Amino acid sequence: MYPYLRLGPFLLQLPLLLLLVGVWIGSSLAEKEAARLKLPSTLVSNLIIVGLIAGIVGARLAYAARYLQAYLDNPLSLLALNVNTLAGFDGLLIGLVAAILYGWRRKLPLRPTLDALAPGLAAFMVALGVAHLLSGDAFGAPTDLPWSIYLWSEVRHPSQVYEILAAVVIFFIVYKRPLGQAGDGINFLMLVALSSAARIFLEAFRGDSVIWPGGFRAVQVVGLIILSITLYIMRIWARAQEAEEKRHEISEKGIL
Amino acid sequence: MIVVLSLGAGWTLLSRLPPAAANAAEQIATPREGFMAPDFNLDLLGGGDITLSELRGKPVVVNLWASWCPPCRAEMPAIQKVYQDYQELGLVVLGVNTTNQDNEADAAAFVRDYGLTFPIPLDRDGSVSIQYELRGLPTTFFIDRKGIIRSVVVGGPMSEAVIRSKVEDLLKETP
Repeated sequence: MYPYLRLGPFLLQLPLLLLLVGVWIGSSLAEKEAARLKLPSTLVSNLIIVGLIAGIVGARLAYAARYLQAYLDNPLSLLALNVNTLAGFDGLLIGLVAAILYGWRRKLPLRPTLDALAPGLAAFMVALGVAHLLSGDAFGAPTDLPWSIYLWSEVRHPSQVYEILAAVVIFFIVYKRPLGQAGDGINFLMLVALSSAARIFLEAFRGDSVIWPGGFRAVQVVGLIILSITLYIMRIWARAQEAEEKRHEISEKGIL
Repeated sequence: MIVVLSLGAGWTLLSRLPPAAANAAEQIATPREGFMAPDFNLDLLGGGDITLSELRGKPVVVNLWASWCPPCRAEMPAIQKVYQDYQELGLVVLGVNTTNQDNEADAAAFVRDYGLTFPIPLDRDGSVSIQYELRGLPTTFFIDRKGIIRSVVVGGPMSEAVIRSKVEDLLKETP
C-alpha cells in the first residue's frame, strides 16, 4: 500500500494518478478499436470525455446538493480539489446519461460503439485494481492463508491482487474477441458478464462488503441481477444476428 | 445461462455473512474509514490532558497540524468557525499539534494568532502521528459518536463547506 507520494510541498495521490493513467490507456484503446470498427474515432473519444467531465461535475454537484446551505454560503468550495466531496454513484449515473445522450445526438450506432469501448473499459478495470492496491481500499476479509497480506491491523486476503488478476484475464479475453462478430455488441456484453461474474465470486473474500438483511453481500446480489440481464440480452442479440445471417443466406440463394 | 446463474446464486448464498461478523471492522482500531479510531491520551496546551475514548458519545474531529504548515494555517479559521457553530450540538474538535516536528512556543503563538478555542493536544513524541499513519499535514479524521472513523481528509486546506458537510453527517447520527 502506497497511497501518497510527496513531491516538495505537494502530496500526490498515487491511486488517483493510476486512475488517470487507466483513463488515458482506456481511451487510446477505445479509439483504436473504434477505427477498426470503422466508427469515427474522434466521436468515440469525445463520448468518453463528455462522460468523464459530466461524471466528475455531476458527482460534485450531487454532493453539494446534499449540503446545500454549506455550499450556498461558500460556493467556491465547489471547485475544491478534494475527492472526499464527490458523490460517486450519482456521478457515475450522470456521466452515463451524458455519454448516452451525446452518442444518441451524434447518431453513434449502439452496438459497434459499445464494442469499441469494451477493451478500453477492460484496461481501466486493471488500473482500478492497482489503484485499490495502492490506496488499501477494497480490502480483503481476515484469513490465515499463506498468501495473506497484513493490512489495516489484520492479516487479510489480498483481495486487490485477486481483483487485478481477474481484470487482467478479462482484459485479454475481451481483447481477443472470442465471441460474436465485429461490432455486434457481444464483446461489450461479454465484458459486463465476465466482470459481474468475477465480482460475485471475489466479493466473498472482501472485508468491506455492504451487508443486506439475511447476511447477503449487496454487490453479489446486484452482480447477479446485472449478470442475468446481460446474459439475456446477449442471447437476444445473438439470436437476432443468427436470423439476420440466415435471411442474408436465403436472399443470396434466391438471387442465384 | 441457467447453470451460470445457479452457480452465482449458490455462491452468493454460501458466502453470506452472519450478522455478528458484518461489523467486524468496527472493532479494530486503525486509522481508516469504517474502523475504530485508535485511542490516545495527550497533554493539552495550557495544561491538563485528554483521552479520545472518553469522548465516546460525541462526534469528534481530530485535526493533525503544525504551525509551519501553510495548508494548516489556511484551513484553521474554517475549523474554528465550524467548531463555534456546532459546539453546542456536542461537536468536539481536537487540534492535535504534531509537536515532535514543531515546538510548543510556535504552537501557542499559532493558537493565539488564530483565536482557537478548541483543545490543542500536544503529540510530543510523535506516537499519535505513528498510530494515525500520518502521511501529510494537515490530516483530519471525522469520528462518529461510537468512535468509528467516518471520513479521512489527507492534505488541505479543507474549505468550510467540506468541514461543515462532514460534521453535519456526524451530527445526524442519533446519540
